[in-house]
Amino acid sequence: MSKKEMVAMLLAGGKGTRLGVLTKEIAKPAVPFGAEYRLIDFPLSNCSNSNIDTVGVLTQYEPLVLNSYIGNGSSWDLDRRDGGVTVLPPYIREGGGSWYKGTAHAIYENIKYIDHYDPDYVLVLSGDHIYKMDYSVMLEDHKATNADASIAVMEVPWEDTNRFGVMITDDKKRIVDFQEKPDDARSNLASMGIYIFNWPMLRDYLQEDAENPDSSGDFGHDIIPVMLNDKLHLNAYTFSGYWRDVGTIKSYWQAHMDLLKEDNMGLNLYDRDWVIYSVNPNRPPQYLSTEAKVRNSMINKGTKIQGEVENSVIFYGVEVGRNTVIKDSVIMPNVKIEDGVYINKAIIGQDSLIKNNARIGIGDAINYNVTVIGESETIINDAKIEHGSIVG
Amino acid sequence: MNNVMGILNNNPQGISLKELTGHRSLASVPIASRYRLIDFPLSNLVNSGVDNVGILLESRFRSLLDHIGPGKAWGLDTKNDGLFLLPPAHINKTGHVYKGDIENFQANLDYIHRSSQEYVIISYPSIICNIDYSPIVKDHIDSRADITVVYKDLETLYKDSHYTTIKIDDDNRITDMKINPDTRKDTRVSLKRYIMRKNILLEIIDQCVSTGQWDFEKNGVSANLQNYNVQGYEIHNYIAIISSLSEYYRRNMELLQPKIFNDFFNTNGQVFTKPKDEAATKYTSKARVHNIIAANGCLINGEVEKSVLFRGVKIGENASVKNSIVMQKSQVGEGAELENVILDKNVKITPGKKLKGDPSFPLIIDKNSII
Repeated sequence: MSKKEMVAMLLAGGKGTRLGVLTKEIAKPAVPFGAEYRLIDFPLSNCSNSNIDTVGVLTQYEPLVLNSYIGNGSSWDLDRRDGGVTVLPPYIREGGGSWYKGTAHAIYENIKYIDHYDPDYVLVLSGDHIYKMDYSVMLEDHKATNADASIAVMEVPWEDTNRFGVMITDDKKRIVDFQEKPDDARSNLASMGIYIFNWPMLRDYLQEDAENPDSSGDFGHDIIPVMLNDKLHLNAYTFSGYWRDVGTIKSYWQAHMDLLKEDNMGLNLYDRDWVIYSVNPNRPPQYLSTEAKVRNSMINKGTKIQGEVENSVIFYGVEVGRNTVIKDSVIMPNVKIEDGVYINKAIIGQDSLIKNNARIGIGDAINYNVTVIGESETIINDAKIEHGSIVG
Repeated sequence: MNNVMGILNNNPQGISLKELTGHRSLASVPIASRYRLIDFPLSNLVNSGVDNVGILLESRFRSLLDHIGPGKAWGLDTKNDGLFLLPPAHINKTGHVYKGDIENFQANLDYIHRSSQEYVIISYPSIICNIDYSPIVKDHIDSRADITVVYKDLETLYKDSHYTTIKIDDDNRITDMKINPDTRKDTRVSLKRYIMRKNILLEIIDQCVSTGQWDFEKNGVSANLQNYNVQGYEIHNYIAIISSLSEYYRRNMELLQPKIFNDFFNTNGQVFTKPKDEAATKYTSKARVHNIIAANGCLINGEVEKSVLFRGVKIGENASVKNSIVMQKSQVGEGAELENVILDKNVKITPGKKLKGDPSFPLIIDKNSII
């Protein structure tokens, strides 16, 4: 096996509890996003575009869809002679092996895989964030600062700091302390869950952590605090750009609305220099009929639009019937929407069927909430579904 | 269908789509937002279970090779059988005058000999449809025909199109076959799908070569109607003959009718093509679109009506595009107006320009032009 300078470990075993019905049968990284993608396409494409050709994908919760989606990695140009993508589920070996307890424990269980490539550095990524980032630039920064570990951070509005792990740094961007979801934040640099570690160093810490029965095996809770305590050089790598954790229904919906902003102010998916790859199902072109009315929306291939679509993201294979109105919504793959339907501020899970004259997301509340219809649901004729409802 | 191989014959047969075939072979002419002509005959073969396909290359095949690659999009990148690109005869000879497609068959006899299949389907990219060969091959075997010709009875024959017309007797036997005749009395048209035993193909090649005749359709099939039992097999599917520019334009426009679109794409399996990684098409708040088909990666800021848009097309604010075909990565500037126009790939129409063709004679703008 040839040596690799850096190996990426992509954590993709999470359930994404807060996404509710959207992750009933799939892991969070497999959740569809942006008309064409699944969440995991973002870190995988970033790896490919950053020339990182060895990626271990750690799966655990509902891995079936994810495993078959990743395949041999060819969709991201990661089907390499040496390295490429390897899916790493938990396994049993002589004298041990168990389910992944936490993020760090998952890496610990795959020390053998990493050692195969004898890397100098290990890049740890989450499979459920939306952003475009050149990890090779982060690695250069890591090397230049001679750090033991680097953590990617970004400035967030002070009022949002209580949702993040916050890094307190000195004037040389060295991390001196951190706070987990603090009410009294001393910094607004939020951790993005992207780490580069010197591998021999991390290896020791993982082994030590595994022997500690009180540890939850998590980078944020266990490994990083110990490293700080040991006065290791932890470097904050500042990222400025679009980055979203789409871990809740609201943030997932909002990230889609961001895609529709004029001039791609949110995330530019049309940049040919940093293509986000996906498995890219083969479908006929999108068909918009004479009656179709489409405004400020993204529409994927294999769709047939005969109604009105405004401010919405339409995934592949979706059919929209006559006199149907869809506003401010996210319609996932292969949803069939019949005639005379009204959908307002909703997320419709894949393969669902919305029958004639159903009305989804109704009511005139001040705080209008996102309505969610789960996967493979059928909404009957003339159904009325209040805003904020969750079906499935 | 393990026992059937496919050969795609790229003999241009004198067909020209003007500028569209100026720098590319007919097989790689873009059609229907995201395909090239060859995708249709190739997908028909793999959807029918044929997994050994040879492509006889002819000329200007750079874009074709780029499109086909190792055949992965069609599931033909396999260890056994799969896709074979068969170089033309003239590639080895300087100053060689091209005599006909039989030369290309002859130059690749080894491939045909080595293939283990007993039957062969020969098809051309100039006629596209979505058909399943399984019942046709079954009928071919049951009827004990030497050669089966797939045909359709057409309502309208156009003056500027190329047709191979046939006459057929009560026993389904083809009694007459004319390649692009001037006077067209027969409305039955060969779809240029020929099914035969491999050894009959080898016999025909040998016979043509040894008597100095070089056209597969004319000398191999039409001239052999007495020697072989040549049967017709009628189909009623939607077909598109692409043998002239106006026909090419007409067929693309026809796809805007929902029934034809459906026949073309949602019967007998998918049409496969080389995948491109593009985001979904974005329609801004100023977009006004009616009756279009579009590929991914487009940014639509203006008005588009009854048009076919390929991937990565940009339509500027207040621009108006009607009854037009806009190919990959072409851009229509702000306030520009197009009607009955075909823009080849990567054309830039600067703001405010007005271009208008006639529905029966569309205006075509050459690849990479800036207007």
